[in-house]
Amino acid sequence: MTRGRRIRNALMGGVFSVSGWVAIVFIFLIFLFTFKETIPIFTDPEVRHEANVEKFFVESQEGPTITDRYVWQPTSDVPKVSLWPIILGTLKATLVGLLFACPIGVAAAMFTSEFAPARMREIIKPVIELLAGVPSVVMGFFALIVLATWLQEVFGFTYRLNAINAGLALGFALVPIVYTISEDGLSAVPRAYREASYALGATNFQTAWTVVLPAAAPAVFASFVLAFGRAIGETMILLMAGGNAAITSFSLFDPLRTLSATIAAEMGEVVVGSAHYSALFFMGTLLFAITFVSNTVGQWIIARMQRRMQGAAR
Amino acid sequence: MRAMNRAARMVFTLTLVLAVAACGGRESRSTFGTDGSHPAPVADNKPLSIKGSDTMVILGQRLAEEYMTANRGTVVQVNGGGSGTGIAALINGTVDLAMSSRSMTDDEKEKVKQNRGSDVVEEPIALDALGVFVNSANPLQQLTIAQVRDIFRGKTTNWNQVGGPTAPIVLYGRESSSGTYDYFREHVLDKGDFAPRVQTLQGTAAIINAVGQDRNGIGYGGIAYAKNVRALSIASDSGPAIAPSEQTVAGGTYPLSRKLFLYYPQNAPERARKFVQWSLTPEAQALVTQVGYFPLTKAQ
Repeated sequence: MTRGRRIRNALMGGVFSVSGWVAIVFIFLIFLFTFKETIPIFTDPEVRHEANVEKFFVESQEGPTITDRYVWQPTSDVPKVSLWPIILGTLKATLVGLLFACPIGVAAAMFTSEFAPARMREIIKPVIELLAGVPSVVMGFFALIVLATWLQEVFGFTYRLNAINAGLALGFALVPIVYTISEDGLSAVPRAYREASYALGATNFQTAWTVVLPAAAPAVFASFVLAFGRAIGETMILLMAGGNAAITSFSLFDPLRTLSATIAAEMGEVVVGSAHYSALFFMGTLLFAITFVSNTVGQWIIARMQRRMQGAAR
Repeated sequence: MRAMNRAARMVFTLTLVLAVAACGGRESRSTFGTDGSHPAPVADNKPLSIKGSDTMVILGQRLAEEYMTANRGTVVQVNGGGSGTGIAALINGTVDLAMSSRSMTDDEKEKVKQNRGSDVVEEPIALDALGVFVNSANPLQQLTIAQVRDIFRGKTTNWNQVGGPTAPIVLYGRESSSGTYDYFREHVLDKGDFAPRVQTLQGTAAIINAVGQDRNGIGYGGIAYAKNVRALSIASDSGPAIAPSEQTVAGGTYPLSRKLFLYYPQNAPERARKFVQWSLTPEAQALVTQVGYFPLTKAQ
């Protein structure tokens, strides 16, 4: 009996640790594969003739505006492989998405954890979290058909599909991430903090704004970092709602194309081993690097904030 | 309903893109090694697989349905993805037939020969007219090819420069795996580049939808898809403006008409050759007219 239990225990432990390792190995192999396909950019002379790190970032041709100078047209007779239009597109969509989602997510989290009556809270929380379950195709489709038309009617945009439209749609997908993590953080702030604040005569709002929110800052910040990672990698929403034109422009009213959308749209037709192929994998590696760096820096800042917070609490 | 179709198409195309990305390229290397051995055609009961041009998907599916009813027990699978995707699949040996709205390049033909072990056979099965579409609210009726070229190359940016209302031109086009994209770039843009501002969409249906919703929009694509948009009359560099119609396309006066092809390697399985032969019969050519293309017989 005891022996059987012990064996079962060891067996289950083994199964779980193998599962954990498999996940790590997968991620590592995916990264290795992506990077391996990027290598010709640095070594293969034939590929380098069409696409290399310098060509990714310097002017593709002469022209009056930056839109004409930095061009992504890898299948043209004279291939042009500037990554700027695509990087700018990614950043624009991410920026609008975060500007929309972060305040709303945090405000909603503060409302549910500090102000809402318990019953209301039990409704709001699952509903917002349900939003995270909406497939991004559906979100993109909604933005493409409904949101874009509505925005154009209200604001008179020249382009139906633009960074604002794409960013807002992306924002809908980010709100639940920001909300859930911030809310958990805010709820975890010890009761004693609030009571101390009330004892000093602070109002509900003052307590929430000056005591609870700063105490939950690491969680709130963590939610921003995660939302950023999701925004950078999101594909379908931006493929559908962004207009899919690689334009080098800082305007939020122009259509855009993101790194992930470019990979999704062009990988199907690309000739394996060509410069274009390697360039797409370079974008993949770039995405990997961006999320990796942002997550690492994010973790580091969160750890620092937590240490400071604990120091202050002592 | 149209919107539903569009979403389904997008999802479908994307799944396809991902599927090809995931397995397409890698397979070709392992299946056809450097030793030069090629798998011999075997008589089997495998389904006939056809892949390629998004323009030809509707036609291919109608043909397949009819073919399957006429020949009980045969299974034909038709997939889109773009002419380039279909040709790549033919080269890699993952499909029996490739549909293409442009002719194969010599380079591609050579690759088929290398990988599949025999020459590729080209069979035109229909004629298609490429329409230049504008929103129904746009009063413009006609453009010359040179005007269309300047519009899509980004030199003309306002409708009033070509006799339309004062409003910016919003460009819609196809992704670069599309045969329609290649045809348009070669025959209209003189092989020049599209303006970066062209918004690339997956499939002609998506372009029609976008132009239908955008009063300043302009797009291009197979005429069979035109609904709720206006296909402009097009003037070649020398002639008068001609509206796309059966007479003008079959008679060869409409400037933007092209052939739609099926491709297969000479040593392709019996099922592929049978299907191609059948698609040239009057019965099949009647379907061509039904889905909005033009049968070959009249023009040739």
